[in-house]
Amino acid sequence: MNFNFTLVGQLLAFILFVWFCMKYVWPPMLKILEEREKEIADGLNAASEGRRELEEASVRKEEILGEAKKEAADLVGQANQRANQLVEEAKTNAQEEAEKIKVSAQNDIEQSAKRAREELRSEVATLAIAGAEKILNSEIDEKKNSELIEELTKEL
Amino acid sequence: MAEKELNSDDFIKHHLQNLTFGQCSDGKWRFADGHINIGTDQKAHQETKEYTCNPKEMGFNAIHIDTMAMSLLLGGLFCFLFWSVARKASVTNPSKLQNAVEYAFDFVRTGVSDIFVPKGNKIIGPLALTTIAWVLLMNLMDLLPVDLIPWIANGFQSSTEYGWVHYFKVLPVADINAPAGMALGVAILIHYYSIKEKGVGGFISELTLQPLGKWAIPFNMIVEIPGFYAKQAALALRLYGNLFAGEMIFILIACLYIYSGELFQAGILSQSIMWGIVGILLQILWAVFHILIIALQAYVFMILTVVFLNQAHETHH
Repeated sequence: MNFNFTLVGQLLAFILFVWFCMKYVWPPMLKILEEREKEIADGLNAASEGRRELEEASVRKEEILGEAKKEAADLVGQANQRANQLVEEAKTNAQEEAEKIKVSAQNDIEQSAKRAREELRSEVATLAIAGAEKILNSEIDEKKNSELIEELTKEL
Repeated sequence: MAEKELNSDDFIKHHLQNLTFGQCSDGKWRFADGHINIGTDQKAHQETKEYTCNPKEMGFNAIHIDTMAMSLLLGGLFCFLFWSVARKASVTNPSKLQNAVEYAFDFVRTGVSDIFVPKGNKIIGPLALTTIAWVLLMNLMDLLPVDLIPWIANGFQSSTEYGWVHYFKVLPVADINAPAGMALGVAILIHYYSIKEKGVGGFISELTLQPLGKWAIPFNMIVEIPGFYAKQAALALRLYGNLFAGEMIFILIACLYIYSGELFQAGILSQSIMWGIVGILLQILWAVFHILIIALQAYVFMILTVVFLNQAHETHH
């Protein structure tokens, strides 16, 4: 163990290196590590924020989906109702129409029958007169005869 | 070369000698040349009595060039490495080197914040980082073969020729001046913080008025003052002792190679090879074991530095 001036040299070298480290190494390294720590903390916060938003969004999605389903069901219900209504209306219309047609047809039939009866009656009257003329072939009080025939015609 | 007598005693002494530049006994400054040389060269040299400069005669007016060069080189390496990483460091996209440096940095930062209670101290962190990194790098030099640097400096050949690069202790911490220099720096800080936190009176009373109160001041001083300075001295001695011992074992293992070489020259080839292999195996084994001590001592030096500085801030006792 021979101490000599190397001791002082080593002390000065030590001070020099510590000073250098203190000035040029420690502060920037510390800064980097602290920035990284902050970055990581920010990242984690952002991640948890993102997760929270995702959860909210999925809840919101469920809500919207439920609403949409309900709306769709309502629409379908309404449409069904309206269809039924339309069918009912159509049915009623058709029945009314049918009724109308039936009524007018009956009217037609009645009128035709009436006409036919009139024609028949007049024809029968003519025929009866002709028949009577032929049967009697005599003088006939035309006045009395026509009264008779009037009566007959009315009875027909 | 064939005539040289390699003597393990000389070899060991030779390897415990630093490369010293200092004031010789004639008052001039030059490299010490009174080293222990090896083999026949030593005898020849002693006979000519050319050398007048023994490191033992230099006293304090000398400097160990090898210790200074290696420690400045390694400290500079540490500073440059960390500085170049810190300068271009990226928050989001760190390089592999940056990751490694950050790991070391964070290791020190957590270590310090676990022990060191006062907040906002700007010196303790860089101090701890510098001590562990510098000491670790210096300790690692222990793993370099003991003759590697002299061998390179000698033009990649072994030489027992007289010459000053011949002496080069590559391990700065096996020179007491290096750990003592650092411990001295720590001791200065311990005194500075003790006086700053407790005042001169508080600092002195801590060393004199306890454990037994003011009626036993001489006793208190006998108990407290050596304890206070012993731990600072022990900081240096612990590191020096551990690494010096490790280096010593490496030197002793290297002696096996000398023995192997002697057998080789004597023509006993099989034994020469055997001792060579034993040397290699022992060197590997010891190096593996010693890695533990290298890292551990660097860590211990840092932790103790932080602990002592924390104690300097503590007012209760």
